[in-house]
Amino acid sequence: MESKVGKWIGRLILLALILMAVSLLALSLGPAHVPLSKIFHPQGIESIILFKIRLPRIILGLVVGAALAVAGVIFQGMFRNPLVEPYTLGVSGGAALGVSLSVIAGFRILPLAGFLGALGAISLVYFIARRQGILKISMLLLTGVMISFIASAIILLIMSLAQEHQLHGILFWIMGSLEETNPSLIKLVSLIILIAIAISFLFSRVLNVLSLGEEEALHLGVNIERTKRTLFILGSLMAGVAVSVSGIIGFVGLLVPHFMRLLVGPDHRILLPTSCLAGGIFLVLSDTIARTVISPLELPVGVITGILGGSLFIYFLTKRTLKLGK
Amino acid sequence: MLQLEKVTTGYDRKAILNDISFTVGKGDLLGVIGPNGSGKTTLLKVMSKILPPWKGRVTLEGRGLDEIKYRELARRMAVVPQRMPELFFSYSVRDFILLGRTPYLRRFQLLEGEEDLRVVREVMEETDTLGLEERNLEDLSGGERQRTIIAQALAQEPEILLLDEPTSHLDIGHQVEILDLVRKLNREKKVMVIMVLHDLNLASEYCDRLILLKEGSIFKMGTPVEVLTYEIIEKVYNTLVIVHKNPISSKPHVLLVPEEERNSDRGLRRD
Repeated sequence: MESKVGKWIGRLILLALILMAVSLLALSLGPAHVPLSKIFHPQGIESIILFKIRLPRIILGLVVGAALAVAGVIFQGMFRNPLVEPYTLGVSGGAALGVSLSVIAGFRILPLAGFLGALGAISLVYFIARRQGILKISMLLLTGVMISFIASAIILLIMSLAQEHQLHGILFWIMGSLEETNPSLIKLVSLIILIAIAISFLFSRVLNVLSLGEEEALHLGVNIERTKRTLFILGSLMAGVAVSVSGIIGFVGLLVPHFMRLLVGPDHRILLPTSCLAGGIFLVLSDTIARTVISPLELPVGVITGILGGSLFIYFLTKRTLKLGK
Repeated sequence: MLQLEKVTTGYDRKAILNDISFTVGKGDLLGVIGPNGSGKTTLLKVMSKILPPWKGRVTLEGRGLDEIKYRELARRMAVVPQRMPELFFSYSVRDFILLGRTPYLRRFQLLEGEEDLRVVREVMEETDTLGLEERNLEDLSGGERQRTIIAQALAQEPEILLLDEPTSHLDIGHQVEILDLVRKLNREKKVMVIMVLHDLNLASEYCDRLILLKEGSIFKMGTPVEVLTYEIIEKVYNTLVIVHKNPISSKPHVLLVPEEERNSDRGLRRD
C-alpha cells in the first residue's frame, strides 16, 4: 500500500514539474520572444506581454484543460465506456446553440450565453433520462447524443440564415480559443473548476467501485443514485464552464484520460489527479504551438489538440495494447 | 435469519416470482435449482435488495430490507455474480479484491486502512489467490477468476453469501474446488450460503437443503433426497431421468436419458 502511494506521489511530482516547464516555455514563446532568463525580471513592455497577455492565457489553458480531462475521467468511469467524452452529453451542443442564438440577437456576453446553453441542454438530458428517481446510464448517453444532434442541426439553420459577420463570430467561437482577456472571468472560472475538481477527487474511490457496474456497486454498499447524480452534475459543470469561456476544444477530454490510463493504470485515485495535471499540460502545449507555428497568425487550438493528440494516441495505441471495450 | 414472506416480484409489469415464502437460518447451506426462466436469479435479486418485492417482504433478523441501508447490508451480505464485470481497462487481482472493503470505509475515505489490508490478506489466503495478486483480471483462467470474485465478496466479511451459478463455465475439477471452498466457509465460519446452481448433481452433493423453482413458484423444498426424485424432476424439467445414489456420499445422483435410448430395447421400463 505504502509503495503504491509512494509511486503515485512520484508520478504527480513528475507531472507537476512538466507542468511548470511547459508553462515557462509558453510564457517565453510568442511573436515577441522573451528569453527564459528574463521571465523572472521582466521590464516595461515585456512585463505587460507576460502578465497581461500570456499568463492569463496560460492559466485559462491549465484550468480548461484540467476541467475537460477530469470531466472525461468521470464520464468514462461512470458510463463504463471508453468513447465517452465531456461533450457527449450535450454540453458543447447546448453551449454552441446558446452562443449562436446570442450572436444573432446581438447579445454580447458570449460566455454567459454559452453557459446558459450548456445548462439548458444538460438539464434537458437529465430530466429526460430520469425515470422514477432512477438515472439510467444508457438513457443519459443516448439522450445526450440526440440533444447534441438536434443542437447542431439548429446551429446549421441559424448559420444558414445569419449575415456574414455573424457567421464569422459563430464559427470563431465554435473553433475554440483560449483568448480571453477579462481577468475577473478567468478568476471566476478557475475558482469554480478548482472546487469541482477537488470535490471530484473525493469521489475517486467510489468511481472505482462504480466502474465495476451499477449492481456490483450496490452490492458493495454504494448509494448509486446519489453518486451518479453528483458525478453527472460535477462533470457537466466543469465541461460547461470550460466550454463557455473557451469554446469547443475537442480531444482533451477524450484522449488525456486514456493516456493517463496507459501511464498510471485505471485506479481513479491516481487517474483523476494525473489527468487533471496532464489536461492542463496538453492544452497549454497545444495552445503554444497554435499561436507560434504560423506566427503572427494563430491556428485554432482545437486543430492542434486534434492532430497532436490523435496521432500521439494512435502511436501509443499501436505501441501498447489498450483495451477499448471487449 | 433471512426470511421471505409471500414475496411476489418481477420486471416492468411481468411477475417472475409468485408468493414465495421460506426461511434460511444461520449456518444454512441452501441451493436454488429450477429450469431456465424459473426465477432463480430473480430470487437472488430480491434477497439482495436489487429488486424490491411488489407484495410481501424480505426480512433480515426481523428487519425489512427496505429499512436497511445498502452500506449496512453490504457488511452483512455479499453477492457473487455469475461472471466478472466487463471492464474496458485492466485491474489487478489485489485491487479488485480490495474493493470488497468498500462498505467498511468512511465516506470519502480514499485509502484502505491496516485492518482492511489484513482482512484482504486473510481472504486471499483462504481463496488461494495470494499468488495472483499482481495479475490482471483478464489474464486469469476461469477457476482463478471465480476464486477472485469470491475473495472480493469475502472481503466484505459477510454473514450471508449469495452466489449465482458459481460453477458455470468451469470444468469439473474447478467446480469441485469452488464448491469445496464455499462449503468450507459455511462449515467453519458459519456463513449462511444461498446459491443458485444449474447442475442438479452438484446441488445434491453440496447443499443441505434445496428449493426447486418452477415458473416462479416453489415446487418443492427439502433435503436433496426429498427434492431430487425422478417423479419431481420429470415433472419440472419435462424430461426423462433416472435417479441413483452416489455410492460414496449416498446423495441422489441424477442421470439423464437421451431420446434415442428411451425408445430402444435397452430403454427404460419403469413399471
